[in-house]
This record gives sequence, structure tokens and C-alpha cells, in this order.
Amino acid sequence: MRPPATVLWIATGLMVLSACAPSATTSEAALSSPGPALAAPPIPDPRIGLRAGLFDAGEATWNLQVLSSTPPPSEFIGSINTDLAFTGNYAIQGSFSGFQVWDISDPSQPSLDRGFVCPAAQSDVSVYRHLLFVSGEDFGGRLDCGTQGVRERISPERFRGIRIFDISDILNPKYVGNVQTCRGSHTHSVLVDPRDADNVYVYVSGSAPVRPAEELVGCSDRPPGEDANSALFRIEVIKVPLARPEQAAIVNSPRIFGDLVAPPEHGMSPADISRIERAREEGIFVVEIGSDPYFLPPRFVDPLLDSIAQASGRPAPTAADSSALRETLPAIIAEIVGHYDTPTTGPTQCHDITLYPAIGLGGGACEGYGFLIDIRDPVNPKRLTAVADSNFAYWHSATFNNEGTTILFSDEWGGGMGAKCRASDPKEWGADAIFTIDDREMEFRSYYKLPAPQTPQEACVAHNGSLIPIPGRDVMVQAWYQGGISVLDFTDPARPQEIAFFDRGPVDSTRVTMAGSWSAYWFNGVIVSSEIVRGLDILELLPSALLSQNEIDAARSVKLDYFNAQAQQRFIWPPSFALARAHVDQLERAYGLDSDRIASVRRDLAAAESVSGAARREALMELTARLEEEAARARNPTRVRVVAGTVRSLANATR
Amino acid sequence: MRPRTRLATGALQALAIAACGGTTPPPNSSSTAELEAIYWARTDSTRMRFTETDVQFVTGMIGHHAQALVMGALAPTHGASSSVQILAARIINSQQDEINRMQQWLSERGEPVPEVMIKGTELMVHGTEYTLHMPGMLTPEQMRELDEAQGKEFDNVFLRYMIQHHRGAVTMVEELFGQEIATQDEGVFKLASYIQADQLTEIVRMGRMLTALSDLPLSGAR
Repeated sequence: MRPPATVLWIATGLMVLSACAPSATTSEAALSSPGPALAAPPIPDPRIGLRAGLFDAGEATWNLQVLSSTPPPSEFIGSINTDLAFTGNYAIQGSFSGFQVWDISDPSQPSLDRGFVCPAAQSDVSVYRHLLFVSGEDFGGRLDCGTQGVRERISPERFRGIRIFDISDILNPKYVGNVQTCRGSHTHSVLVDPRDADNVYVYVSGSAPVRPAEELVGCSDRPPGEDANSALFRIEVIKVPLARPEQAAIVNSPRIFGDLVAPPEHGMSPADISRIERAREEGIFVVEIGSDPYFLPPRFVDPLLDSIAQASGRPAPTAADSSALRETLPAIIAEIVGHYDTPTTGPTQCHDITLYPAIGLGGGACEGYGFLIDIRDPVNPKRLTAVADSNFAYWHSATFNNEGTTILFSDEWGGGMGAKCRASDPKEWGADAIFTIDDREMEFRSYYKLPAPQTPQEACVAHNGSLIPIPGRDVMVQAWYQGGISVLDFTDPARPQEIAFFDRGPVDSTRVTMAGSWSAYWFNGVIVSSEIVRGLDILELLPSALLSQNEIDAARSVKLDYFNAQAQQRFIWPPSFALARAHVDQLERAYGLDSDRIASVRRDLAAAESVSGAARREALMELTARLEEEAARARNPTRVRVVAGTVRSLANATR
Repeated sequence: MRPRTRLATGALQALAIAACGGTTPPPNSSSTAELEAIYWARTDSTRMRFTETDVQFVTGMIGHHAQALVMGALAPTHGASSSVQILAARIINSQQDEINRMQQWLSERGEPVPEVMIKGTELMVHGTEYTLHMPGMLTPEQMRELDEAQGKEFDNVFLRYMIQHHRGAVTMVEELFGQEIATQDEGVFKLASYIQADQLTEIVRMGRMLTALSDLPLSGAR
């Protein structure tokens, strides 16, 4: 079917893949794990060589099933679909033309209940209770939702900022208010303060140009040094009174970018680190400048050592002088380096901020940096720490794991307009970077990039995703534009592993066009993907050796009333047999207990489920006791105790 | 998408009528084939909403980006540090892709497409009436200085001139956005916004790298 040249190209693509961690390591791990031999991704990767087409492109799926693919209504065809928010049975899909309200109660047949035409780029959407927030940043958005645009540089008709709709009757949204901002709103994040029931807060990130003061009073694009009121180097905090949303207003413009002098690069690879350790063992002085380690030559170090020895009245330096120098060296280097003027002052804005109020932290993806932000005082967020990465072009978004111990940042290399997943593009560029969070500091662990190469005609970029509530694991679904959808497990932050995917061929095999998945989010049991030009895709996870049906069922047991990806809610799993069995499956996968004991636990669970009331409760309590007693002798005591705890909660919940 | 100029075609005018602010659309009864036809028609007509300013910006930016390719190509042969070589490789990857995209943008609109020719440090951009006198462009003297530098000196000159060059691109974007008639082409708005964000981010990174290049008698570890 394919010409020989294509076959050769595929072979090359695979070589690139297998040469890069984590693919190689995960395949090994998968092969050595129990269960069917289907754990490894299919070879050759079916995402390679997919047929081009708008509504008839070739598709490849692995461990996922497409439940429905619904084209946009004709009014929205040819526009750009953007982000998603969810409330009840509805998915709200932003678009450069407005927003669309989909009823997804039957995921195999979603119905478009409302298309609301109100153009603005990019129409990032969020919901909270009866309110819908929509972002606008471009020059053509209008206060009256008109489609004619705004041609003048300065115009009272222009809208750039946050639109507020009352969606009490979701089929008839009422446009109740606006908050205009100097840079518009590229994205926004809704912050629910657990201690404030009357208001909700919206953090606005605006990366577009500052508008003239003649259009919006007070806007200035001069640097803060020249104008204290500069719209650069700040985010906006909007307070929205829930009862009077029309009174929403900016209450603070926190300057979370100032004095960015912390060591910026996470930088060093394990190879660099071991090289430095070796050098230190050999007595070589090493300093780090930026992300680069520098080995100090004797002609630099010796005079310093001599002067320390002299100051102590010794003729020649001793080991004590040497360790004294090691302590003072960073200050000496800082002084020398400090003589150079830094020509610039760090990022002026965030692209996106993910707020996780349950742990009091926000993850800011801010141009060249990733931030951790303290959000316990909603009006006064404070930057805690910042990391940079020479492999990252543009920090785009952040996702915390459920515990708040790991954070994943994505790199929007190419801005979503470029084909940045070609076989020739390095795996560290345009990837996700995974960090662990310890004592409010971030430590780099690994990169994850879509493992399958895409054609030069497919705009491909690490984009929006969300956690899937698989208990005991960190699993996330992520959109990659025309790279499709990738489900990754980053439970071990140093070894992220792809466990499922969905992909289509390009829209046009002759040129790069905007298309693919803008956002792919888990919501109450399904994965919903906003297809930039093809509409709405809904998918479900299929069980595999990498993910059991019990784990999927446990994930489906977590129900949310609403969902915004940039406002993370902590998942809480209600006690259930699926949850207990999911943990048993993980115990088995980790060889945590002998296989005959695993089988016995499963039999006990089945027996308990077959009875009810007090008998069930008693059976579960007995199993709990046995598991707790066994834990001490088990190969993996922690996992056995997790199963015991889950069974106990199930017993306690049994009436 | 929205019709914003008088260049709107019939298909777009039809859209404007159907798409009055806030009306409920009729139930989606169109077949996939009809929707696909609408998609291609709108994609084609959307392309025709541009101004002379957009064309000038895109044409100019091709030449501007091309000089960054010339600069970046020197890094491997001029003893640049590995971090500067990686930076140069990224700049080449990004700006070459953007040049291709800008050429595609012009060709789809029937505008002359500048062809970039690079020979050593000489840059020729054929097929355009626009000049290469743009903000941030290196003068021939500056280019010679860069070409004559080696090792750490090259890093230093490269970073300083690439910051100058990137700042020029940001200035070009600011000039585009400062026009009395606002940019109407979505592609140009997105591209220009991205160039601004990407190059400002890279300027910050290069500033950090420049700061790290002290006059210490250091040997780089990698």
C-alpha cells in the first residue's frame, strides 16, 4: 500500500522513538509485568501514516474508544474551537466565534443545545454555579457581541477582558457584565475561596499588547520603573459577587514577577550531576552559573586560596582554607557576575495559572518560567518559587497531581501554529516537564513528549489536559493539537509512561492548518476533547494490562458538579468494591502479595459483595483484619495497608 | 471566524446574517458533506481578509527571521558553548518554521513570496520590494564582528546581537499593533502575538546567559 519511501521513514521514526527514554524503559517494565502481553504500545505505531481529511481522516486508537465525534453546527464551522468547561450534564466549548453548549448526558450522542455567537479570541471558558466566564484578548471583540469586528485602534466598542454570563437557564445565557483589562484576557482561572461563600475570584492572564490609555484609562505599557502603574509584570484579580455579578471588578493587580533572582534553571541532567560529583571528589572547585556548571581552573582558585591562607597567617593553604573557600565562593562569583547588567527583567505575564485551593497553591506557567504561587489569600497571591528550563520555549499550563506533590508543566513550543512533533524535533523540546514539590520548592524529574512522530503538516504542541481520578496513581489525559490525545501515567515522576492514545491524520496533507485537540479533559467518566475544527469528541478508557476495569470503574465513581481544568478540585473516592478491587489490582501489579493471597482477597471481596447488611459488614471487617495482619509480612506492606484501609472504609459505609 | 473587512465574500456575508449576536441557531441538520463544503469555503474567504500592512509585516519578518538563521548557523563553527549552540539550534528550528508559514501565508493570498538565500554570512532575500532596513537587523559591520569572534567571545557577541535582533522583531510587532487600523487577519494576529511572546521570552533567557558569561577565567563544563 505505501511506497517504499514511506516505509523507510516509518522505520526511522521508530528508531528515534526507541532511542529515547522513557519509551524504552516503559516497554521493558511492561513486558516484565504480569498479565497479558499487550502492555507495550503497538508496533508499528498506528499513529504514523494516517490518512488526511476533515471529517474522514484516518484514526488510530489504543486503549481508548471513541464514543462520538460530532461536527460543529454550521454557524461555528471554519472557526477555531478552544477550551472546555463543564457543569452538570453540559460541556461548554469556547470558540473564536463565541461558545457552544453541549448536552453530554448521552456521551455517544451529544446534542448541541445552544450556540451563542459572540466573537472573541480565544474565548477561554470557566463556570462557577450560575456564572460563565469568557476571555477575550484580540482587537475585534465587541461589547455588543457583534460580528463586524472593531477596525479603529481606539474604540469605545472594543471588548478585551472577561465577559460574564448568567447561565441559570443554560439554554438562554444572559450577558450580565464585563471587566475590561489593559491586556485583555488570554486565559483566566477561577478561584473558589473556601472561606468566602459570597464571592468568587478570577485571575486574569493577558499576554496580548497593552491597549492605549485613550481606550482604557490607566493602561500603560511603559516599564514599571518609568510608570508605577504599568500593565506589564502583573496579573489581575477580579472579585465577582455571586449575587451581583455585574459589580465584578479588579480588586488587585499583584506584581508576582518582581525581583526574579532565584536560581532560574532547573538545568542539569543526571549525567551533569554525576560529573560534578566526580569533580568535587577529585577536589576541583565547581560553581553553577545559571544552569551551567563551571569547573574552576587552578589559576583562578590558587590566588584565592593563597589570600585566605595569608589572612590566617599561614604560608600555604590547608584543607581548612579550601573548605572556607568553598563556602565563600558563591558570594565571590555572585559579585563578579553581578557586574554585568541584566538587560531584561523576566516575564511580564503568565500564560495560564492552575489554582489548587485545597493545597493553597497555584502553578503559574509564565513565559520563560514555571511558578509556584501561594494563593491562600485570594486577593494577594505571592510567588513562592520559580524554575526555568533551557529546553522550554514558552511555559503554557500546569497540572498538579491529586496529592499536590507533583506538578506537570507543558511547553507551547511553536505557539500551536507549528508542527513541532516531527521525528526530527528533539524529545526535550515542546514537551511536558515534570517536577516534584517538596517544601514549596520544585525539583525537576523528567520530560514527557508525545511519543509518536507527526507529519510536518500537523500543528502539534503540548496543550491542555486534566487528571483522571485513577486511585493510587497519577494519570492524566492531554491534548496535543494534531498530535491527538495522549493518556500518560506519571505516578513515578521520573518515568512517565503513555498508557492510551487517540490520533487523526492531518486536515490537509499539503500544508499546516489549525486543527486537532485543543483540550482533552476527564469529566465524570468520559474524556471530552475540543476539536479545533472538527467539533466535539467523546471517548472512554478501555481496560488493558496497564489499567484495569476496576481502576476505570473507581475513576468513574468520582462525580463532580462542575469542572474547570485551571481550577483543580481534589478527588475523593467514595468507598466501593471497585475502589477496593482497583487497589488489589495495583497490589498484584506491584507484586505486593503472593498470587494465591491476591486470589483469596478477590474471593473474599466477591463473597462480601454477594451478601448485604451486617453480614457484608462483618465479612469486610474480617478481611480488613486479615490484611492488616498480613501487611507486616508482605513484600509491599504499604500497598497491602492501602487495600486494608479501603476495605475498612467500605465496611464502615455498609448499612 | 468573523467578517471584519469589506473584502468579505458571499459566504462570509451569509455567515454574518446567520450569526447575529446571541441568536439561537437552528438545529444542526446539515450533512457532513455540506459542513465540509462550508469549512473549505470559509477557510478560503477568511484568507482574503488582510491589509497592505499585514503583507508588509509578514514580508518584512521573513527577511528579519532569515538573518537569525545566518547568525545561528555560525554557532557550531565558531566555538560556541553548548548552551549557545542549543539556543542557536532552537532559533533556527523555530524561525525556519515561521518563515515557511509566512511564505505559505503570502502565497495563499497571491502576494509575492520572498525567497531566502544564504551564502556564508551573506543574506539575500529575493522577490520583494521591501527593504531589509528593519529594527534590530545587524549591520554588515556587526555581522563581520560576529563572524570574526570565536569561543567565549562569540557567545558574548552572539547573545548581544541576538538580543538586539529579537528586540527589533518585538518592535515590528508593536508597530503592527499600533496601526490606526487594527490587524484584522487572525493568522497575522496570532503569528505576531506569538513572535512577541516567544522572542521576549528568549530575550530574557539570553539576558541570563549573558549575565553568566563573566570575565572569569572559566572553562565551560559542557
